Amino acid sequence: MFEAEVKISLKKAVADPQGLTVKHALESLNFKGLSEIRMGKLIKLKLEAKDKAEAEARVRQMCEKLLVNPIIEEYSFEIK
Amino acid sequence: MKFGVVVFPGSNCDADCFHAASQVVEQSAEYIWHKDTKLGKFDCLIIPGGFSYGDYLRCGAIARFSPIMKEVISFAKAGGLVIGICNGFQILLEAGLLPGAMLRNRSLHFICKYVELKVENTDTSFTQKYKKGQILRIPIAHNEGNYYIDAPGLAELKKNDQIVFRYHGENPNGALDDIAGIVNKERNVLGMMPHPERSSEVELGSTDGRGIFESIVESIGKK
Repeated sequence: MFEAEVKISLKKAVADPQGLTVKHALESLNFKGLSEIRMGKLIKLKLEAKDKAEAEARVRQMCEKLLVNPIIEEYSFEIK
Repeated sequence: MKFGVVVFPGSNCDADCFHAASQVVEQSAEYIWHKDTKLGKFDCLIIPGGFSYGDYLRCGAIARFSPIMKEVISFAKAGGLVIGICNGFQILLEAGLLPGAMLRNRSLHFICKYVELKVENTDTSFTQKYKKGQILRIPIAHNEGNYYIDAPGLAELKKNDQIVFRYHGENPNGALDDIAGIVNKERNVLGMMPHPERSSEVELGSTDGRGIFESIVESIGKK
């Protein structure tokens, strides 16, 4: 059994109004020196695979097929 | 002619679209359940608005893999007319039948109000009853209508005259280049965020959306 954590965020080129709003809110609470905040999604999943390489390949397929929209999003993942 | 209205769990404009097709432009219409794997004989498919699958993951991302979507994609690839409204537009984007993607509204608010649209292209089966430059008053109701496409994609849309509707005056959601509706390159698939089915009768406050349904009926009649 493997555990994967997939992190998805908007691409750099894509404006992130949610991140901007959270940044403004933190600044209004006097948290100084914030240069950027980007919001994203964290997907945790458990899967059966014969080894780590197979788990990685399957998670990548899931990202490409459904979890991520490559027009606006980028992703990374870790497998434990 | 015959309209088909695809119904997903969470669709909520399906009955309005069915009403526009069957009562307003008085054509035959039939609901199509998203789990169906065979498509009957239709002239135009409507992918209605709503919150298919609760908008989970991304709007339209899960509906895009509903069993019926294979048939919808084949129908579109064969030249059949497909119109996606609001969540239907999002589904067509996720399915790759139209280019680009939707982001959250710039204001982060769900916006439900009348907007003005400018008709940019009347040389489509969906807009031939309008005049180029005509201003339409049609309502929007969405949280993710902030259309995005990369620079080469936008250039391609412009080159092929695929931008059919632009927001006029105010851009409500931050959509790139004020884009409110686009067609595919072949012009048989239209996606638009505003709701023509909610603005096709005097009783609803506007009849400006009716032209879309009338254009479809006219173009099918000519075939």
